[in-house]
Amino acid sequence: MADTRTPLIEVRDLKRYFNVGGNKILKAVDGISLDIYKGETLGLVGESGCGKSTFGRTLMHLYEATGGTITYDGKPINSKMSAKERFEMTSRMQMIFQDPYSSLNPRMKVMDIIAEGIDAHGLAKNREERKQIVNGLLQTVGLTAEHAGRFPHEFSGGQRQRVGIARALAVNPEFIVADEPISALDVSIQAQVINLLKRLQRERGLTFLFIAHDLSMVRHISDRIGVMYLGSLVELAETEELFAHPMHPYTQALLSAIPEPNPDEERSRQRIMLEGTLPNPVNLKDECKFCSRCPSVGQDCHGVIPPLVEITPGHWVACQKCK
Amino acid sequence: MSMKYDTLSPDLFEPAIVQEDEKEKIAAPHLNAFQDAWIRLRKNKAAVISMVVIAIILLFAIFAPMLSSYNYRATDYNNIYLKPCLEHPFGTDKYGRDLWVRCWMGTRISLLIGVFAAMLDLFIGVTYGAISALVGGKVDSVMQRVIEVLVGVPSLIVIILLMMLMPAGLGTIAVAMAITGWIGMARLVRAEILKLKSSEYVQAAILLGTSQGKIITKHLIPNTVGVIVINTMFTIPSAVFTEAYLSFIGLGLQEPNASLGVLINNGYSVLQSYPHALVFPAVIIVLIMVCFSIFGDGLRDALDPKMRK
Repeated sequence: MADTRTPLIEVRDLKRYFNVGGNKILKAVDGISLDIYKGETLGLVGESGCGKSTFGRTLMHLYEATGGTITYDGKPINSKMSAKERFEMTSRMQMIFQDPYSSLNPRMKVMDIIAEGIDAHGLAKNREERKQIVNGLLQTVGLTAEHAGRFPHEFSGGQRQRVGIARALAVNPEFIVADEPISALDVSIQAQVINLLKRLQRERGLTFLFIAHDLSMVRHISDRIGVMYLGSLVELAETEELFAHPMHPYTQALLSAIPEPNPDEERSRQRIMLEGTLPNPVNLKDECKFCSRCPSVGQDCHGVIPPLVEITPGHWVACQKCK
Repeated sequence: MSMKYDTLSPDLFEPAIVQEDEKEKIAAPHLNAFQDAWIRLRKNKAAVISMVVIAIILLFAIFAPMLSSYNYRATDYNNIYLKPCLEHPFGTDKYGRDLWVRCWMGTRISLLIGVFAAMLDLFIGVTYGAISALVGGKVDSVMQRVIEVLVGVPSLIVIILLMMLMPAGLGTIAVAMAITGWIGMARLVRAEILKLKSSEYVQAAILLGTSQGKIITKHLIPNTVGVIVINTMFTIPSAVFTEAYLSFIGLGLQEPNASLGVLINNGYSVLQSYPHALVFPAVIIVLIMVCFSIFGDGLRDALDPKMRK
């Protein structure tokens, strides 16, 4: 069913390694393949340090990919792009950053922060038009024209995050990577930002890659969810399918950690506790990365790296046991 | 629970009506970065007092020698080693020169050398540090190794050698101090720019297609100015001090020129019989050192956005 839609972004075997001194190599992103379809929200979850953000940044070409290919709407994204091609890409792909306190220049007024992309791409003919576009964007994200003359430090975290969203929207992108846009915000403000993102998607037909570690929020916003563990994708499925039938042992453990709002159900919730801690991501062995903590680990798990296989239509799992 | 619930009528619990445009209103007055820093600086009493003291010292250094009827190098052998009096507020020295005029003249010269040396540090250090950080890679490595070698050479030896090679004077002292003094500034600017280069707002600017030049002028420069200003505020007193101690050991300015170091050197030799000749220049140099440090400290707190409450 997913195959009938057109992929906007095709990622094949994407790798991003960091040399961490000597001959030690940290495989932050290790061979991820996935498609992102037009108009969908793909949620990416996983614990801290599993490579979610590195994947997002490599996708945006902020980091050079060590291996693999990224194809955006038929065009390859790599270091061979000319400066002009790269510049054109900047108006199609944008990013929303995690920390609203460090993602806005403290010495620039909100007007100039939002207009940065407008200036770079010459989208406004004169100052008056520039001002109008910025005011329009401020309104879109629920702020007013009065805010344009203020500096970032005068705003609250949620307001700053919305300024960051307005800045990304200024160049009319079609694809936005949201790198943990809500994890630095209060819970009451999280919903506000999430709902804004949902509304923008509806109105503008945006495609999102939504990186987060809050499973309930990801469930709320995503059409499909990818689960990452130590640089690899272990499961990828439609949101409801993933929550109803999690197959990978890691996903099962992850989902069992979500608290239930209903206290009666909460009391009977069975938590799958994983043994041990996250292994050191430097110089891993060629085996299933989860096998050191997997509750259902078997003999055949140690020999090979399990490939991501489509078990039921649209439901991909990387596990030897799930056949 | 003795609380009587029936005394609370339900109409006390009406929901408050919040206007849609009221929700996002920012009540705080509109301030730019300068006003904001000024407000926080004003709260710091010590920094404000230091600022006033620096201003007074500056005013005296500029105007006192002009307004006095005495010349700083005019001798009067009938009035040697006078105690402070109305005619000579700081007394006179061994040649009968008026110490009031000589002290403020010396302050003027010392501050001039300090500011000149600080400006040289600023120019060389900022340029070097910025190039090192912006170009990066091999260039950065080589430039940092050069700095490490320079740090290893004792600066006093370099200064003494230079003073012997070049004609004695204001410019020579300033140049000699700047030759090794810029390293701190260069390291500071490099670290700051490296930090900013990886900051999220610079990455956002790259993703928005902002040109390299604009990233430098709009993001990197405005955000390093604070650090540069503060470091300069600390460089001035240390340059004044270096000048004083060079003059004290006889390497700085020569008589009849006045600088705080020369005056302290002269006063030191007659400390037991005529302490006033040492006390006044010593007090002035201490005031300059302490006030610049406290003011620089206050300025750092005021300019740092992270100190905002």
